[in-house]
Formats: sequence, structure tokens, C-alpha cells
Amino acid sequence: MTFDNTAKKLQSQATVLDIEQIRADFPILSQQVHGKPLVYLDNAATTQKPNQVIETIDQYYRQYNSNIHRGVHTLSERGTAAYEKARLTIRDFINASSEKEIILLSGATEAINLVAQSYGRSRLSEGDEIIISQMEHHSNIVPWQIVAEQTGASLKVIPINDAGELIMDEYRKLLTDKTRLVAVGHISNALGSINPIKEIIDLAHEYGALALVDGAQAVPHTVVDVQALDCDFYAFSGHKLFGPTGTGVLYGKQTLLEDMPPYQAGGDMIKMVTFEKTIYNDLPYKFEAGTPHISGVIGLGAAIEYVNNIGLQAIAAYEHELLDYATEALTTVKGLRIIGTAANKVSVLSFIMDNIHPHDLGTILDHAGIAIRTGHHCAMPVMQHFQIPATARASMAFYNTKQEIDCLVQGIEYAKKVFA
Amino acid sequence: MFDLKDLYQEVIVDHNRSPRNFGKLENADRSLEGYNPLCGDRLTVYLKLDGDQITDIRFDGSGCAISIASASLMTEAMKDKTIAEARLIFNNFHELVTTDGTDIDHDKLGKLMAIAGVRDYPTRVKCATLCWHTLHSAIAGEQTSVSTE
Ligand SMILES: Cc1ncc(COP(=O)(O)O)c(C=O)c1O
Repeated sequence: MTFDNTAKKLQSQATVLDIEQIRADFPILSQQVHGKPLVYLDNAATTQKPNQVIETIDQYYRQYNSNIHRGVHTLSERGTAAYEKARLTIRDFINASSEKEIILLSGATEAINLVAQSYGRSRLSEGDEIIISQMEHHSNIVPWQIVAEQTGASLKVIPINDAGELIMDEYRKLLTDKTRLVAVGHISNALGSINPIKEIIDLAHEYGALALVDGAQAVPHTVVDVQALDCDFYAFSGHKLFGPTGTGVLYGKQTLLEDMPPYQAGGDMIKMVTFEKTIYNDLPYKFEAGTPHISGVIGLGAAIEYVNNIGLQAIAAYEHELLDYATEALTTVKGLRIIGTAANKVSVLSFIMDNIHPHDLGTILDHAGIAIRTGHHCAMPVMQHFQIPATARASMAFYNTKQEIDCLVQGIEYAKKVFA
Repeated sequence: MFDLKDLYQEVIVDHNRSPRNFGKLENADRSLEGYNPLCGDRLTVYLKLDGDQITDIRFDGSGCAISIASASLMTEAMKDKTIAEARLIFNNFHELVTTDGTDIDHDKLGKLMAIAGVRDYPTRVKCATLCWHTLHSAIAGEQTSVSTE
């Protein structure tokens, strides 16, 4: 990190967020649901979009909608420039050393599948081992099950403890010279746990294995520096980062990406095609077949600029305050049990209630204008560990407030009365 | 604070708190599991048949208030019915929760009317119908468990 960067970050850390002003940037937040002001606490599922993102997308469609990388006309040049500028914004956001390492895809899911099918399928074979963890989202489990089946490799799972933390000693035991790849989430969507990702990556490297990080839940909450982490791959989605749905990023180390076979084939990913031989395009285009989600990527660039302007350090500090406040508030609710009590957490609170099923709670809260998520959160193995079918989950972003958490607690108390 | 009374009627809250005919039926002639992977609800319906007649019906499992109350009410409605009668009730109930219900014979449905509130909650209709589809399949003699997805 350069001195300039550090200074900027320290400066933003010191600024206190003006939540009223921030909320005014998100038009969706000012509406009523069932006659109550919307309290949006489902940010781990998807985040809301600020005007800056909505207007950027609107502008693209109104002023320079075009296909990119091929036209010589003005609109296409504008489109290409905006698209490639967004790639640079993303590169800087995670501190990748080159824009060639930034593959623009449809989401974290596609990013993980790309690595599984391109790297995994071509490199793994019988006897090789892939390590994942018990707290993974299904999108960081199933692609590895499929590639294991295709290649004869096997899957090992790092267990979790009752606080919802990875058991690092068990991870160390799983690592052997057969380990080829470790794919672990940076932050759990179901539990909010922040994993010791740097240690996980370093240990994988000690055994000569590659490390893929599923950062879908991390990028909206914490500064990510892929060079400092030294991860081999880092995946995330735009829509959880205040950007549009249908956008996602795979960061990969250039040397690895260069040696990997294409994942999908089509336009844009080639340099020259004859029926005898096709020459693939250079990075990152080799992995970006077909017309991409142009407006989405440009919108994601705007979302990252928006987050940068507020500053992730300031965001993290404020969200931590919210987490502490909410944890304390929920702890006072009789009959409520928080699932996921890791020492290191982001503002995601999963919980269950005595005698109230999460699904019923979700419906009752919705009537109070409060949006939470209920269910298994695409992390069934987490539910299996805690031997519960589902949880209710409140997940907060920097536009949420303590008053909204008070509303949540009131809603829960009301639900208790319904079922009393 | 807000009006949820149409969904969480007293009957539903009561049948959720103390479900009727709950627990495994020993010596059941048929039993079948129903599963809703979206919310994790998992119920098993047990049947005792005498020829064409449902002489006993029970259920167990776990689920939200809507699915438990619906199952509890269903077992009450089905006991001692013939299979033809059971099918009729099933069809009526299905109408009740998936249409605006103008053609429904309210008297025949009796207490089951309490479930009608789910109509306004599209994501919750599956909670109410899980046990019913499971029963339907069990009557049809199916062996593999039923899933809402
Ligand atoms: C931890 C984690 N990984 C991966 C994903 C998949 O993201 P997407 O559905 O945007 O591809 C999610 C989304 O819920 C997630 O929370």
C-alpha cells in the first residue's frame, strides 16, 4: 500500500458517516411496505443501489448503448471506454496488479464455476484433494463436487465449531501433499463469521496448493487486497456490493490464468478463427466470451466509486457499531438464540426463536415493513451442523440505523405475542 | 400493530401449538415424507386403511406454523373418510388456497377455511399444501418422498 493510499484510508476512517445523506442516495429506502417505512435488513442476499449507480446505467442506455470492443463508431468507443474504465476501478478496488487479472462475469457463482471447470477439470486427477469448509455457500460446494466427480479428485471439508468458526487445527490436519486446491469463503453469509483467510491461504501454499477465496460477502464490508492476501483466485458478485445483478468478478493471478484453458467459447475470446485453428485472445478477454453485461459492469464501476467515496474503513467501523448494538438488542429478547457467535464477525445476524419458525417470523416482520431472510441461506451444511432446518437472518449495510434495529426487536416481540 | 389476523388466525395458532394426531402411527399401512427444500419443512403422513376407508391418519415432523396447522387440520378432516371423499376434500382445499375461491363449498371445508389466508402470501402457499400433496401421493401409493420444488 502506498503512503497516499494509507493516508486516504486513515482520513476516511476518521469521518463519521452522515447516514441521513447516505440514505437519501438510495431511492428504494424511502418507501412504505404494508403501510410501514421499509426496514431493509436483507443485505447479505442483495444490497440496494444508490442513485449514482442507477443514473450511470440509465445514461448508458440513453446516451451510448452499443456493443463494445468491435465498433469503430463513436457510441461503441464510448461504451468500450466506460467498460474498460470500470475494469480498472475494480482492479484498484481489490488492489490487483493488472487489469488482465480481472475477469468480468455474471456473479461469484460463475467465477467459482470458471475456476472449477477451467483450472480444476484440466489439472485435477484421481487422488488429488480439494478442501472446502462446512460454512460454504452452495455455490462454493457444488462446483467442486462436480469437478471431483469429473476428475476422480476428492473433497475434504473443514469443520466448524459451535460459534460458527472454522476449526483451524482440523484444517491443518486435512492439508497433505495431495491437496491441490483450497476453496474457502472469506466471510460466511449464513453466520457472518470472518475467516482467518490470510492464514488459510498461507497454509495452502505451504502444501503447494492453490487458494480460491469466495469473497461474495466480504467486499461490501471490508478492504480486500488480493496482493497482500496472496490468494490465487478471488470471486465476488456486483449485486452484493451496491451494483447491478448479473455482474461478478473473478480475480486470478496472471500466470495461472494464462495457462488455463478457456471456459466458454464464442466471440471476443478469440484472436483469429479458421477452421484449422483458433487462436485465443489475451487476458482477460480469453475468459469473456460473448457480449458481456455492459451496462452492469459500468454500473458496478459506479457502485465501487460510491463505496470508495464513503470509504470502506468508515463503513466497517459503522457497521461494527450496528452489529454490537443489534447483538446486544437481540440478546435481550427472551427465547431468541443467535446462530453464529464468532469472535470476528460482520453485520450479519442469524437467529432462531423458541416456538416460532423463522418462516412465520419472516412473514410477520414483513407486515411491519421489515425485510429479513429466512431459510437455509444456501448453506445447508451449516444448518446441519446446528441441527436446525432454518434461521432468520438480519444483515445490515451502512445505510441501516439503530432505529431500524429497534424496529426489528419490536417486530420480534410482536411475533412472540401472536404465538403466545 | 399490524393486521396479520387473516393469516395467523386463532385456529392456526392453536393447531400449531398443539397439533392434533401428531406422532408416528404404529402399524401404518402407508407412510410418506414430504419436504420443502426452500424452508426445510419436513413432514411425514401416516395412514391406516381399511379397504376404501381412512381409519386412522397421523403426522409428524417439523415446519412452520402454517404447515403444522395445515397438517393438523388435514388429519382431522380426513379421519374416517373414504378415499373418494378424501380426494374431494383435497380438490376443494386446493381451490381454496390457490384461487380466489368463489366456487368453493365453504360448509364442506369447515375449519379448513382458516387456512384460506395464505392465498395472499404466494410464498406461503407451499407451506400450507406440503402435507396435502404428501397425503395425495400416499393415497396414490407412491413410495418416494414428495418435494415442493
Ligand atoms: C458467500 C457467498 N458465496 C457465493 C454467493 C453466490 O453469489 P451469486 O448468487 O451472486 O453468484 C453468495 C450469495 O448469496 C454468497 O453469500
